[in-house]
Amino acid sequence: MKIQVIVNHKKIQMEVAYDEFLVDVLRRYGFNSVKRGCDTGNCGLCTIWIEGKPTLSCSTLAVRVNNKNLTTIEGIGEEAKDFAAFMVAEGAEQCGFCSPGFVMTVLAMKRELKNPTEEDIIHYLTGNLCRCTGYVGQLRAVKTYMGVA
Amino acid sequence: MFAIKNYRTPNTLEEAYKLLNEKKANTILGGCGFLRMSNKTIATAIDLSQLMLNYITEDADYIEIGGMTSFRDVEVSPLLNQYFDGILPKAVGEILGVQFRNVVTVGGTVYSRYGFSDFITALLALDTYVVLYKGGKMPLEEFLIKGSKKDILVKIVIGKKNKRATFHSIRNSQGDYSILNVAVSKKDNIFKIVVGARPARAMMAQEASKFLTEGEINEKAIEEACIMASKELTFGSNMRGSKAYREALCKALVKRGLMEVLS
Repeated sequence: MKIQVIVNHKKIQMEVAYDEFLVDVLRRYGFNSVKRGCDTGNCGLCTIWIEGKPTLSCSTLAVRVNNKNLTTIEGIGEEAKDFAAFMVAEGAEQCGFCSPGFVMTVLAMKRELKNPTEEDIIHYLTGNLCRCTGYVGQLRAVKTYMGVA
Repeated sequence: MFAIKNYRTPNTLEEAYKLLNEKKANTILGGCGFLRMSNKTIATAIDLSQLMLNYITEDADYIEIGGMTSFRDVEVSPLLNQYFDGILPKAVGEILGVQFRNVVTVGGTVYSRYGFSDFITALLALDTYVVLYKGGKMPLEEFLIKGSKKDILVKIVIGKKNKRATFHSIRNSQGDYSILNVAVSKKDNIFKIVVGARPARAMMAQEASKFLTEGEINEKAIEEACIMASKELTFGSNMRGSKAYREALCKALVKRGLMEVLS
């Protein structure tokens, strides 16, 4: 089936199978920042935005995003770079495999939550797992980025 | 591994219902959060996303939640946060992450009658009805027992009479499925104690609820109701917890819930 999507402000026609998940289609079309992790909806590595909402591309059938706006980290490079500087400053980056999904969630949170508490931040980021860092450095970076004391 | 042979997006509920019943292997798509883990072969996958079933509305007596409403919409709904001490947003708020809750739908969860569901447990403590396209309106409790034959869950309807309500769950880690979940509600002197993820689907502890509704409320009665709830319901073991652990948790969580609605 052919679907029309807007990925990172660019119209693309994609050929997809009915039972294909979005993560696989996006990677096939060169959006390699979208990582495949647990494949069970737990790890958040495959997070992209569908109509601006952070969503698991490993749990979304590609046919369902026909005529929708998708955003991957390639589409918000400058904003991601700004946040990356906070991560680097706090030594919060290790292997980096979870970073694209993590950054997509943090940037979605920045748009959605006004004046979040530390608890709000932790709650929002529960769906992003990182096996390297233990989250302490990441949390410091996110709190600084979000302006939380 | 699952497979989908055909995919349709009907424009009316009638069209969706006809498609669903054309073949045994035709299936309505919910949020598809668990589809990847199934071994189903779906002849025609029916996507309801064109039917405008994503809404949370209220009238004088009821709150209505459309079948395609996502858990995230439930979680952040100002209306649902305002009613029943915010039990519904609280119940869905701990399910995996925001990204997953943007995928999972109310209809997919309730129609599937998942045993592990936190949302169903919370709904059952309220005056909740399911509205099926052909089957019509029925109490959630009845639907959970009987199920339905190839129908479409159009919406959930909740009686708006405000009541105290609370939800508690125990998990091995944040964002994991519940080992056990408990919802307790109180309207005037009527108590409802519901226990889910037993790991079987949620059920009301009828005897314990009746005991508190008809009796005097004091510390001893609360203790007794907790024991009654853990004895009248059946529990089982799975990878998340043993039968004995769940039985013990039940007493503690019911007590916590009762103390909260009585506070």
